Order: sequence, then structure tokens, then C-alpha cells
Amino acid sequence: MFARTADRARDGAGSEPPAEQGPMVDIHGVDVTFRTKDRTVHALSGIDLTIQHGEFLSIAGPSGCGKSTLLRVIAGLTATSAGGVTLRGTPVEGPRRDVGFVFQRAALLDWRNARDNILFQAEMRGLPKAWARRRTDELMEMTGLTGFEKAMPFELSGGMQQRVSLCRALLHEPDVLLMDEPFGALDALTRENMNVELRRIWEDTGMTVVLVTHSVAEAVYLASRSVVMGPRPGRVIEEFDIAIHGHREYEPTLENPEFQRVTARIRELLGSTATAD
Amino acid sequence: MTPQTQPAPAPSPTQATAGTRRGRRPSLGAVALYPATFLALLVVAWFAVTTTGLVQPYIIPSPVDTWKAFTDNPEYLWGHTLVTTGETLAGFVIAAVVGVLVAVLMVYSPTLEKTFYPLILFAQVIPKIAIAPLFVVWLGFGASPKVLVAVLMAFFPVVISGISGLRSVDPELLELTSTMGASRIKTFWKVRFPAALPELLSGLKVAATLAVTGAVVGEFVGANSGLGFVILQANGNIDTAMLFAALIIMSALGVLLFAIIQVAETLLIPWHASRRNRG
Ligand SMILES: Nc1ncnc2c1ncn2[C@@H]1O[C@H](COP(=O)(O)OP(=O)(O)OP(=O)(O)O)[C@@H](O)[C@H]1O
Ligand SMILES: [Mg+2]
Repeated sequence: MFARTADRARDGAGSEPPAEQGPMVDIHGVDVTFRTKDRTVHALSGIDLTIQHGEFLSIAGPSGCGKSTLLRVIAGLTATSAGGVTLRGTPVEGPRRDVGFVFQRAALLDWRNARDNILFQAEMRGLPKAWARRRTDELMEMTGLTGFEKAMPFELSGGMQQRVSLCRALLHEPDVLLMDEPFGALDALTRENMNVELRRIWEDTGMTVVLVTHSVAEAVYLASRSVVMGPRPGRVIEEFDIAIHGHREYEPTLENPEFQRVTARIRELLGSTATAD
Repeated sequence: MTPQTQPAPAPSPTQATAGTRRGRRPSLGAVALYPATFLALLVVAWFAVTTTGLVQPYIIPSPVDTWKAFTDNPEYLWGHTLVTTGETLAGFVIAAVVGVLVAVLMVYSPTLEKTFYPLILFAQVIPKIAIAPLFVVWLGFGASPKVLVAVLMAFFPVVISGISGLRSVDPELLELTSTMGASRIKTFWKVRFPAALPELLSGLKVAATLAVTGAVVGEFVGANSGLGFVILQANGNIDTAMLFAALIIMSALGVLLFAIIQVAETLLIPWHASRRNRG
């Protein structure tokens, strides 16, 4: 249902030449320093990270260690002070169109219903209308939003709003899906459901996902590789390959020894700073 | 943790339709009930103090006399009301258009904001009644000085609400649109402007009532028509009934304009929280 189609060629992002060789994202020697009136924050220091095509990378770490900044650097929303990022072989020099971004808050347009919020992506990019409508219906069905096309954001639960935001980020079939604590504001149960859904979407599509999260369980359940960051200055402390291949059922994965080994190691690394869950 | 491998069953669509009911506004009857009751009591009190001879009619005319001021001079009052309405509307529309443009320019250009904001503030704090005679000297006794005072009065709330409305847009939404490669104009019309509408419309409501005051202040200074002129004449003749009649028309004019924008609000921003949570 979700396989990349020939329609993709019409998409703005897809009109660039495909760069199947080399990594999807290449972050080399990235430093980010914020200077404000009364202090200088060294948000990121010497980040080297390579993300392969089709990889699901999660980034965990205590608050303020620069996770959001790193994600924003990949999308071209924050400029680096040193080093650089290449996305699909082209250097990131400003906001990138070939990404899908999901924020912690759903950031929906209050004056548009769920369907039109998703279609917003297509309107702004000038994508073909008929194609965008068809794809919106597909995405809404896939995320269990069918029947809520006409619902306004204030009529949707937090989880449903976040699903709309996810659909919006997926509409244009981006090369990389960047998510900044997308489920942070949800209750535990809804969060689990969203995790299962996101994992299924990734398994079905094989797209590249970078997910920032506070939750160790989320980081390990979802990702094929997890990066743990430390604060002051923000840097990568350790990387874990999560060797649980193929389809991951939720409960069995949580009981998988590999899952337990990695989560235990990450919790150890994060000490008391990480949210226990 | 609860075992959960399936996506949460979505609540049924009918619930969403039930949700929209929250958005329905209370009927006009419900809105008008309390003020109408209060107004009725006020008129009764008015009758009481004037018919018992407690207050002299030249201080407060009786409701009957005031009513007669309306019925005895319908053409006179109607003519002058039209003049003031015209000045008010012209002043309001000019203030709204120029105010929104200025707000947009200031939000997009820090230099323009730094240059003009203090000047606009300065223009706002000058008492309009003090500056109105100058406009008469400049522009004569026609409608233009009155319109200008109305513009000056109504302009400020439009600019202020416009600026704060345009700034109220979620910065993440703007970042999101920057990853969509959309032009600034598209971003303005599809994101910034709709997001600014709730605040802008509250500013316009204030501006509408101020425009009425502005027009009448302009008429006070030098006019041979309009409700301000009617009030000055009635004052000179110690015709308090006529004065009351003119006052009532002025208030009605302000309330009417306010109500029109209120209706525009329900049509333009039905999604807005202040509407949604009312009643
Ligand atoms: N625009 C900015 N201006 C100044 N300082 C900033 C800016 N953005 C981030 N910072 C600082 O950079 C550091 C890293 O911030 P960042 O938001 O990336 O952390 P984070 O890991 O995402 O934290 P959290 O988990 O709380 O979201 C923080 O100390 C923050 O105060
Ligand atoms: Mg963050």
C-alpha cells in the first residue's frame, strides 16, 4: 500500500537525482554554539554520525544535551558553527525540502480539519491535487484516522493530532522522516500504540527515520540503531546496534534478551537523568 | 505495561460530530436576555425619576420626551445619522486597511518597526480632541477632518492587535513551512494571516467603537451636520431630549458595527477558542 510509486517522480523532493550510493545522512565534525546575551551554550560538539538508507536511528539522552539541535541541523533549520551535514549526497545549507518533520507538539493549523491539515503539505509544495488527495486518504486509513477527515484539531485527542502530524510529514514521501519527541506529550498507552504503528509503517516502507526520544524503551523498541548523547557539551557517548531483526511484536520484543540488554546499558549510561519507564 | 500490539481502536466518527456541537453558538435570545432585562429595569428607573419630578426635565428628559424627539424629527435625525455613519465607516475602513498593512510591514521589517512604532505610539497618546481643530484648519469643514480623527482613533488598536496576532503564530509552524519550500507570500496567506485573525478581529471590534467616537469628536470641533453637530445644537437650545436621542443613536451605531464584526468573527474563525468555549 505504501510502496514508493512512480508518482514519486512528480514530488518536489523526488525531482532531485536519487543518491542511492553512500549514506542517507552524513554528519561530520558538527559543532553548534549558541551565543545569547548572557551566556554561550556549546550545544553540540564534534558530532560524527552516518545514517544509512532505510535505517531507523533513535537518539536518546538527558534534557538539554542537544538532541533537538542535532535533528534541526539535519533538516537545515539550525546552522552549524563548524563541520557539516550531507543529506542524500547534497550538503545541507538551509531548510531542506526532502525531509518530513514531526515536532513534539502536533503543530496543526487550528483552522483546518484533519484532512486539510495533511493536504497542507501538498499545497505548500504545489504537488498534484488528485494524487495528494488519494495519498492523504491512504495515510489516514493507515494511521486509523478514517472517519475523522472533517474533524477540527480541537476535536481530536492528543494521539490523533499527532497521527495527523505524522501523516502530514509522510505525505510527500520524504527521504528522511525526522521526529523530535513526537510522542512525548501522550499518555503511556497511546504512546505504546503509536510506537507499534510507527514501527509497522517503517517495516512496510523501509524509509529512513531519525527519532529523538526521552524514553529508553521507545528508543530501543523502534530503532535498528540507537545513539546515546551526553550533555555539556552535547556529544555522542555511545552507539548501540539493536540486533532484533524483522517484525517486532510489542510485548515479545520487550521480553527479548537483546532489548533488555540494550535498555539496561542505556539506562546505566544515562544514570538518573533519563526518564524511567 | 499493558499488552497492546494493535493500534488503539479509534473513537467512532459520531463522537467527532458530537464534538462540533461545542462549537455552536448560543442563540441571539440567550445572548440578549440579560442585557435586555437590565435595560428594561433601567428604563423603568428612568420613568420613575423623571415622572415623579425627582429630576428636572432639562437635566434628564423623560423617556416619553426622548421618544418624541425621535418621532417629531425623523428626517433631521436620520440625515445627521447618515453623515456620522459615513464618516465612521470611512474612518474605520481606512484605519483597518492601513493598520493591517502597517502591522504586516512592521512584523516583517525590524527597521520599519523601530522607526515607526514610537511615532505611532506618539500619535496615539495625543488627545484627539486637541488635534481635531488643526485638522479643520488643514482640511476645512467637510467630512475629511472627521474621517481623519476617526482614522487616528481606530488605527492604533488595529496595528497593535495586528502585530501581536501576526507574531502569535507558532514558530514551529513557520519552520515546518520552511521545510516545504513554500514562498513567503504563500506562508503569509496560509499560515500567518489566518493565525493572526482572532487577535486582529478583537482589535477591529475596539477600532469600530472608537471610529464612532472619532467621527463625533471631529464634528464637535467644526461641523454643520452629523450627530456631533446635533448634540452641540441641542445643548445650545437646552433640548436634553434631542441630546439623549442623539446619544442613543451614537451608541446604537457603535453597537451595530461591533455586532457586524462579531458576526464576521463567527464566519471567519469558527475554530477559535474564545468562540468554542463560550456558552
Ligand atoms: N535557539 C537557541 N538559542 C540559544 N540556546 C539554545 C537554542 N536552542 C537550543 N539551545 C540550547 O542548546 C542546548 C541543547 O538544546 P536542545 O533543545 O537541542 O536539547 P535537547 O536535548 O533537545 O533537550 P530536551 O530533551 O529538553 O528537548 C540547551 O542548553 C539549550 O538551552
Ligand atoms: Mg528537545
